[in-house]
Amino acid sequence: MPNYHGLFVILSSLLPCIIFLIVFISIDGFIKGVIIQNHLPNSLILLGQEEVDFSVSILRNNIHNLQSILSLEILSTDSANSLYNYYFFYRAGFLTLTICITTFLAYLAGKKLNVRFDARRNVEKILKFIFFVFSIVAVLTTFGIILSLIFETVRFFSQVSFSEFLFGIHWSPQTAIREGQVGSSGSFGAIPIFTGTLLITAISMLIAVPLGLYSAIYLSQYARPKVRNYFKPILEILAGIPTVVYGFFAALSVGPFIRSTGESLGLTVSTESALAAGLVMGIMIIPYVSSLSDDVMTAVPESLRDGSLALGATKSETIRKVIFPAALPGIVGAILLAISRAIGETMIVVMAAGLAANLTANPLSAVTTVTVQIVTLLVGDQEFDSPKTLAAFALGLVLFFITLALNILAMVTVRKYRERYE
Amino acid sequence: MVDGTENDIKPNGNYSSDNNLLIDCKNVDVFYGDKQALYNVSLGINEKEVTSLIGPSGCGKSTFLRCLNRMNDVIDSCSISGNIKINGEDIYNPHIDVVELRSRIGMVFQKPNPFPKSVFDNVAYGPRLHGKITDKDEMHHKVEASLVRAGLWDEIKDRLNEPGTSLSGGQQQRLCIARAIAVDPEIILMDEPCSALDPIATAKIEELIDELKTNYTIVIVTHSMQQAARVSQRTAFFHLGNLIEVGDTENIFRSPENEQTEAYVTGRYG
Ligand SMILES: Nc1ncnc2c1ncn2[C@@H]1O[C@H](COP(=O)(O)OP(=O)(O)OP(=O)(O)O)[C@@H](O)[C@H]1O
Ligand SMILES: [Mg+2]
Repeated sequence: MPNYHGLFVILSSLLPCIIFLIVFISIDGFIKGVIIQNHLPNSLILLGQEEVDFSVSILRNNIHNLQSILSLEILSTDSANSLYNYYFFYRAGFLTLTICITTFLAYLAGKKLNVRFDARRNVEKILKFIFFVFSIVAVLTTFGIILSLIFETVRFFSQVSFSEFLFGIHWSPQTAIREGQVGSSGSFGAIPIFTGTLLITAISMLIAVPLGLYSAIYLSQYARPKVRNYFKPILEILAGIPTVVYGFFAALSVGPFIRSTGESLGLTVSTESALAAGLVMGIMIIPYVSSLSDDVMTAVPESLRDGSLALGATKSETIRKVIFPAALPGIVGAILLAISRAIGETMIVVMAAGLAANLTANPLSAVTTVTVQIVTLLVGDQEFDSPKTLAAFALGLVLFFITLALNILAMVTVRKYRERYE
Repeated sequence: MVDGTENDIKPNGNYSSDNNLLIDCKNVDVFYGDKQALYNVSLGINEKEVTSLIGPSGCGKSTFLRCLNRMNDVIDSCSISGNIKINGEDIYNPHIDVVELRSRIGMVFQKPNPFPKSVFDNVAYGPRLHGKITDKDEMHHKVEASLVRAGLWDEIKDRLNEPGTSLSGGQQQRLCIARAIAVDPEIILMDEPCSALDPIATAKIEELIDELKTNYTIVIVTHSMQQAARVSQRTAFFHLGNLIEVGDTENIFRSPENEQTEAYVTGRYG
């Protein structure tokens, strides 16, 4: 297997090389800093640590070019030249080292090769290792995110009480950073924004579930294969449209339309309304419901359908009484996934439902959602440890647990469904 | 019942005239797209008899069976020409109610296909559908009677609320038969009903078929010569989409007229 031999050599030399590079990149900044500090004039060092750090950092960003080092006018021409030379040798030395290591390893690997050598199995081992590392990276990242969420949330609750956050009905975090009031927190009652999320999600599901389900039934049971092959991808395009496009559609077309309709009926409607956001979000989510539901209904064995038809059931009776119940767990899974998608949606809500944290069940008023509040909490300048910023982490953590629970529920139901027919 | 047609439906002169003709097929051609699956099949099926369809795989037995309750309508590419009459009524007449037709013709499939519902609901499915029985007690009687007929009642009378899919394969198949009986069909079509079952379950079903023929007209597709010989009164041999020979089962197995039939029933086919 000559190609396996080749692959083995490449893998066993390049892999350590890549690891070496990663290690190097992570200490590169530090090495540069040391080199630069040795070149700083004494006069500057006397000015204090802050000044030194500042000079080091701007020099580090310009070290690649002698001209720009000089133009900073921190170093004399001599020491600038010397710094640049040092840097140049450091770079060149590093490059040579890398090439040497790689060649040496390739040589070692090459020496190992002979007709007997089982390159195929060794390549397998190396690949297994690579895949393992990649999956570990993904898992560790997830855990890192969760841990940082938890950590910041704990800090948040050291400043704002737990019960206020979970049960308070007043949300106005802005007051928290007013000058001279640091530490005295604003209002962090999260109820209004969770009800806002609930309201918008409910509206969008009212749109997406019937539309998605009926189109799935049509596609899987009535449409001829040709029609299905065209319809399904077109429907799925809905999920591919950037949410910001939906957002301005909601804000500029649907919102004003709802308002003018509402006004002609004598209702007061704000241009930004939960209804506008929910409607448009519902349309965006249709394919999440329809695509998966279509799949599970298509997967219901033909024999069940035939069995029902042969007993003298009509097509719609067969769908209602046999296919739909059999596919129900899968459909529930699809709907749960759609809900977690709706909860996570931000852009449409920012643009169409506003930022006002109203505690209301009226779909015609402006509301806000958890994700939108997270965005507004973090946009702009603020201290990283103010309760306002930390509140974003607390909200994020709650949101994470909600969608996690929904996803697990969805996964469990879908899996249950799978077992039934296999 | 059908007048003056007896001579036309005797492709091989083997038609036994002691019984009433119930299903009368003439010159049936079936196509799947461009591919022809049945060639000019003419076959009569008698009332309250078991007729078995035999022949090598792919010869069109299932296709023919599915013509009789119009299950081929479900397949888009399938087209049928010719004439099939049941009780003298052309079942491919555009005015016929297919749903009603299927409720008069039960079908049992090769693989047991109970619905993922309780045993009770499986059997009650058809009667509920047709709205014939609304009373709860009456429905209970119907379910019990159907299960008794299918020889399943004693085994599962305590398990009526368990899912039909939790039964054994043979029980599932008998459940499917019970489900078909529950709508009081005139005819029961069976497509290799025992091919997924062990010999004991098979024997039970054969016994059942034998009992059922006092009330129902049965058409059964089978790959087992012994089964055809055991359960059927008449046998039709198909080959490559053609009906080669039809006659009393005894004659077909003992003294077939056609060489191909003889080769097949004696196991020298191929
Ligand atoms: N849905 C279909 N679409 C296209 N061709 C089909 C379809 N069903 C059956 N056929 C073809 O029609 C012919 C007859 O098939 P049929 O299923 O009736 O055979 P069979 O006698 O029942 O065979 P078996 O004993 O294996 O069940 C075969 O050549 C088959 O390939
Ligand atoms: Mg078949």
